[in-house]
Amino acid sequence: MNVTPTYTEFHPRWYRRRPTTWWWLHKGAYLRFILRELSSLFIAYFVAVTLAQLYALSRGEAAYARWQAWMASPLALVLNAVSLALITYHAVTWFSLAPKAMVVHLRGRPVPGTWIAAANYLAWLVASVVVAWVLIGG
Amino acid sequence: MADRITLEVTRYRPEQEAEPTTQRYEAPLRKDWVVLDALNYIKDKVDGTLTFRWSCRMGVCGSCGMTVNGEPKLTCAAFLTDYAPGPIRVEPLRNFPVVRDLVVEISDFMAKLSAVKPWIIRETDKPLTDGEYRQTPEQLEEYKQYSMCINCTLCYAACPVYGLDPGFVGPAAIALAQRYNLDSRDEGSAQRLDALSGHDGIWGCTFVGECTKVCPKHVDPAGAVQRYKLTAAKEWFRSLLLPRGAR
Repeated sequence: MNVTPTYTEFHPRWYRRRPTTWWWLHKGAYLRFILRELSSLFIAYFVAVTLAQLYALSRGEAAYARWQAWMASPLALVLNAVSLALITYHAVTWFSLAPKAMVVHLRGRPVPGTWIAAANYLAWLVASVVVAWVLIGG
Repeated sequence: MADRITLEVTRYRPEQEAEPTTQRYEAPLRKDWVVLDALNYIKDKVDGTLTFRWSCRMGVCGSCGMTVNGEPKLTCAAFLTDYAPGPIRVEPLRNFPVVRDLVVEISDFMAKLSAVKPWIIRETDKPLTDGEYRQTPEQLEEYKQYSMCINCTLCYAACPVYGLDPGFVGPAAIALAQRYNLDSRDEGSAQRLDALSGHDGIWGCTFVGECTKVCPKHVDPAGAVQRYKLTAAKEWFRSLLLPRGAR
């Protein structure tokens, strides 16, 4: 990383202020951004939990019962509740950012951003209904 | 309404002090005055040593960008009454070296801007007798928004990525590269690819989105960067999958 651009080398009197480690606390928007980035860790956690669940399932009834008991522990409940909140935050911010990256043309006209976000939410809803149907009704 | 407002202005006089200090000034609080008017009042009537940049007073030249109450702003568009009763904190733009008082040094941005070749590049020029390169209103609409950039560098001041890694090519340069990439008359996108998708290019952007929020001309650099990420990713896949001749 080039911390000092070369053009400043011969100007020792220019005042250069480096951002502090806590720059993301100085503005609400920066904090929301850091939270969004941080929420990725909890998505990884949910993936790990799902993989652990499948692993426990493959090892038989006793292992699965142990896994279920751990999931019912207060620590796991708190962790899951926090993860759910942050994953929801991640999804909502992701969907609201999607129209920025995607410019879709329909019959030669750009599709409004709200439509693209709405399509993402719709896909989320459909996927959730399918999962719920598999878990509850299937 | 009070008839005066206090401005807390950052001073930096490199021949006198090692660190910037803050100086308080008072200026008339007039309904039609912007922060730049107050600074000009101070310079004319109170303290002639106060140094800042400005030119057009109407949001076109992009020289009067400063940090007003913590936000990067064009001071010619920041009305005093919006900050009443004050005090108003006026600092130089962040993420750039300060030369003196409110004046920052933006050579780094200028170098990055020319690195992305923000001009129309043709593989072969048509002879003059063939007339202009014509464009439909739809083709104009594709890039028009990005052509509104006035190089005020407010987006660089708002960008924490640029603050942390001054090598990052930055929002306005990418938006202006897209302004030409998306122009139907341009054939230079391959020449801009290296500067844009290299180590210091678009992939440094983590989509904080503040560049777009502070842009006084509604250019949406954050959108330009994300769009170009898609383009660069597609280019990379093409170069991976297709034989050289078919690219």
